[in-house]
Formats: sequence, C-alpha cells, structure tokens
Amino acid sequence: MTLDSVTKDPQYAALAKGDRVATPLYEDPAIFDVEMEKIFGKAWVWVAHESEVPGKGNFKLSWVGTQPVIVSRDRKGALHVLVNRCRHRAASVCEVKKGKTSSFQCPYHGWGYALDGSLRAIPYAEGYAGEFDKSQLGLRQLRVGTYQGMIFATFDQEAEPLEDFLGNAKPWIDLFMKQGGGFPIKTLGEHQFKVPMNWKIQLENTTDAYHFPVVHKSFLQSLDGETNQTFSFMDDDDGWVEDLGNGHSVMVMMPELIDLDENLDEPIPERFKALAASLEDRYDDAQIRRIVRAVGGCGFNLNLFPNAGCSLSFFRILRPVSVAETEIRHIALGMDGGPAEANQMRLRLHEHFQGPMGFGSPDDAEVWERVQRGSAGGVDMDVMVHRGLGLEEDSPNGLPKGDISAETGMRAAYAKWQEMMA
Amino acid sequence: MKDLPDTEITLDQAVKFLWEEADILDRQDYDAWIGLWDEAGLYVIPVDPDTEDFADHLNLVYDDHQMRRARAQRLQGGFSISAAPPAKTVRTLSRFVVTASEPGSLTLRSAMHVVEDKFGRQRLFAANVEHRLIATPEGLRIGQKVVRLLNSDGVLTSISYLF
Ligand code: FES
Ligand SMILES: [Fe+2]
Repeated sequence: MTLDSVTKDPQYAALAKGDRVATPLYEDPAIFDVEMEKIFGKAWVWVAHESEVPGKGNFKLSWVGTQPVIVSRDRKGALHVLVNRCRHRAASVCEVKKGKTSSFQCPYHGWGYALDGSLRAIPYAEGYAGEFDKSQLGLRQLRVGTYQGMIFATFDQEAEPLEDFLGNAKPWIDLFMKQGGGFPIKTLGEHQFKVPMNWKIQLENTTDAYHFPVVHKSFLQSLDGETNQTFSFMDDDDGWVEDLGNGHSVMVMMPELIDLDENLDEPIPERFKALAASLEDRYDDAQIRRIVRAVGGCGFNLNLFPNAGCSLSFFRILRPVSVAETEIRHIALGMDGGPAEANQMRLRLHEHFQGPMGFGSPDDAEVWERVQRGSAGGVDMDVMVHRGLGLEEDSPNGLPKGDISAETGMRAAYAKWQEMMA
Repeated sequence: MKDLPDTEITLDQAVKFLWEEADILDRQDYDAWIGLWDEAGLYVIPVDPDTEDFADHLNLVYDDHQMRRARAQRLQGGFSISAAPPAKTVRTLSRFVVTASEPGSLTLRSAMHVVEDKFGRQRLFAANVEHRLIATPEGLRIGQKVVRLLNSDGVLTSISYLF
C-alpha cells in the first residue's frame, strides 16, 4: 500500500463522529500512517523550549511526528528545525541529545552542514561530474515559529502563521508563562516514558478532569488536607473546560489560579510558608508573594493540538512512535534567575506527581494502556466522548464551554483531527 | 549526625543486608522496607546519571522519611490502579564494590538487574546502586540509597514498585 492510495480514501475523516470516534483510530496502522502525513506532516508541532537552545551554536534533538529533527540556533541567534538526515545517503548527522557545536558533520562520508542546515563541505568533490551544487543539498528545513518561548515547526510551507494557528490559545499561553513569578521560564529537566498506547489516548487526557478523582486517588491521599482541597475541583462547581478552536482546549481546575498576578494579597498557603520565610532576606513582600504563588503553577491545563500540553507547572509533550506506542515527556519548568529554593520546591512538586515513578503518572499510564488493550475488543463499537454534550454554553469565543468534567476538549481535538484527515 | 557505634561493618554483613532488602522489595513488603531505613536517610533515583547535587536537579524519586512513607502507603494501600495488582519483580544484586569505609558506616556500589512481569510482558531494568549503610544499636540501617538507572535520562516506562 502506498501513502497515495491511503490518503485519497475519504473514509478516514468520517471515523470521527463528533460525540464519538471509531475504535480503529487507536488500532489501525494505516490510519497512523495517514496521521503522520496529514496531521504531523502539516500542523505546527511543538519541538522545544527556547531555554533548551539558549545560545548561539546550541542544539537539541527532537521529533516532528516520527521524523527526527535537530533544533539549532545559528551564529546569528536564529532558530532552525532541520530533518536529522544527511542528504547524501540518509545517515543521521547528530546523535548527541543536546549540546553546542559549530557544525554537523555526517559520520558516513563526511558531508558537513552549518547550524542553519546548509551544506558547507563535501570531501573529494572531484568525484562528481561538473560543478557540485551545494545549495540544493542542505538539510531539509522546516518552517519555525515561536510563541512565548515555545518553539514550533511545520513541514507545511503554506501553513497559516503560528499565531493564527494558536488563536484563542494565546491568551492562555500568556497566563501560563506567569508562573515564572517575574523571571523568565526555563526548563529544569524532564521525565520521559513510553506507554503502549495510541497517541490520541494521551492527547485526550490533558483536559480530562473526569478521571482525576478516580485514577489519582492514591495521589490525593498523599496530600495534606489543605492541598487536597486545592485538587477537589470535581466537587466544586466553578471550574470549566472550553473548546478554543483549531483542536486546542483549556480545562480550568482552579479559577482562582488563572492569573498568578492577581489576588496576591491572599493568605499564603501553609505548605508555602517556609519557602516564603526563607525569601524574606532577599525580596520584598510583593515579590515574595508573586514567587510563592508561581511555585504551585497555574490552575489550568491547556491542550495544544496535536502534541503539547501546558499543564499546571510543566509541559507535557507527546510523540507518536507507532499506532500503539507513544512517548511522553514531562518537562519541569522553573524561574531563570529565581531563588534556588523556589526552583527546588517546583522540582519536588513535579517529582511527587509526574514521571515514571511519580504518584500520578504510573496510574495514568496504566489506564491509558488499559484503553489500548480494551480497544482490541469490539472494534465495531465506538469510543464515547459525549459527556457534557447538550449541557454546554457558548464561550466568549463563541465555542463550546462545558462543566469541568465535560469531554469538550476531546471533541475539540477530534474535530480538528477530522478536518485535517479529510 | 548522631553518634554511631564504632563497629566495623564487614562486606559479608553488608551484602547479606542488601540481599535481605532485595527480597523484601520483591515481596513488596514496604512496611518492612521502611524499617530498614535510618529516618534521616535519603532515597534518590536521579535523572541525570552524573549528578551528585540531587536537590537542584530533577529526579525520578527524591524521598525523605515522609515521602518514603507516603510512597509505601501508595504502593500497598490498594488505591493505586498501577499497583493493584502490582507488577511482579525479581531482582539480583551483585558486583559489590566498597567505595568508602569508616567506623560505623560502609558505602558500597552494586549492580542490580530487575525483571518486571505484568500484562503478560516482561521488562528489564539495570542499575548501579549505591548504599550507605550505618551501624546502629538495632542493627544496620540505610543512611542513603542512590539508584542510577541505565538510561535514567532516556525514555523509560512507568514503574510501580521500588528499585
Ligand atoms: S551518508 Fe552522509 S555523507 Fe554519506
Ligand atoms: Fe491523570
């Protein structure tokens, strides 16, 4: 089967049915191949945060769908996203995960590429007839866009501008970055783990509040009473989930923590009192309150179609590997230049929930894998995402807004999936 | 640090202790495991394979006494779906190297292999483990344990037991 024959099949888009999706969306390798071409081959895909490539010559390996890429910063400071494939005979030109370099040299026959991907030098050029036109054989470049420090790339040279694609998600990204407490945001390290599941099972999860008290019972039990109260959003009625268009959605769990620069005179929660006290010698009261409030992260999860989540205080990035394998990165964020003890506390909070041995992630991974395993049964039955349908209101953006546990975010993602697969 | 008995810890004592710990962890008897610890001890599984500065880096596990107890509770409380039932494990510790020895304390590094079985599939983890053991009137206790997983900064799987 060739991709051409697959992509002309109009049946794929019809598998998303608004309030439900067909089971083969999790199971069928042919659908996965089409997704890699039509979604990850076209959309703006999150590849890195600027703090991972802070200076000239810095690079970081990443992925766009199943394709390996290099995110690099050239000598003028411009960002590039390059397919990690030598133009000669396809060897990867870099296998160092992250670092600093002046060029990428292919290990096979020695073709050398600049940080912007252009082909600079080839050994024994006289073996090619006529003049060797280097300008045609640079590393493949993706279009690059950044917003608030997040670097996105797309294979589609005709794609709409990144800011248009992010659209209604932009104000939420702006709010998310306030967790720097006045300092720039930087990555503090990441947890990476692989789960035997389709990538969309994870995509659905970032704005799924419905599962929280069930799956994360043991996490909730490990919290002190006051913190536990913070996570009781399923019992409060002030949270919501909102379709932001273009497949993006936001789930607001703690409305009082949407804008971290507001309500700064609220009492400092018990668990942050020691931190606040330790900052007294270096910061004034207003700045201490700002830092302390930022440490716990924002009160919402933002899902950016197709692969990025801005969740409380970290990025959650997914990478589809195959139809039933997905890699997840949980990237901890901190305050660049901020107080060490505040960043330490953010690291400890991150470790508490996230990652392969956190108090939350293994339970998420277990249920995600259960979805994949269960979907091998009854492939003719649909996966239901109709919770909250008929109970939604119009958001200020004129898009559906449901209660905190509504499956509005999943419907938003599948609507975009359907549009791109058509 | 409190006064330690001046006794020398022999390699034989230490290895027997570590094998007992391994057996306890494979049996998932976490209450017994908590009892092996000195309360002031730190249990760390770092992400960065080379760091010694655990506090300022991201770890997979960074447990003081309180977090160790919370973790034990999570793993055996029956409320964690990933641990009910948990994966079964069989582990082997070998290649013991003493890296520091003082009266009342011994630090040793060992190689560990853990095989996990769940959902009809098996997974394998390998790690270098460093234990600092201390002698107390009640017997040996763990003063610090650092597990350096192979590929700790790479892609792992979710894990619902202890190393
Ligand atoms: S494959 Fe890269 S130089 Fe030949
Ligand atoms: Fe979850």
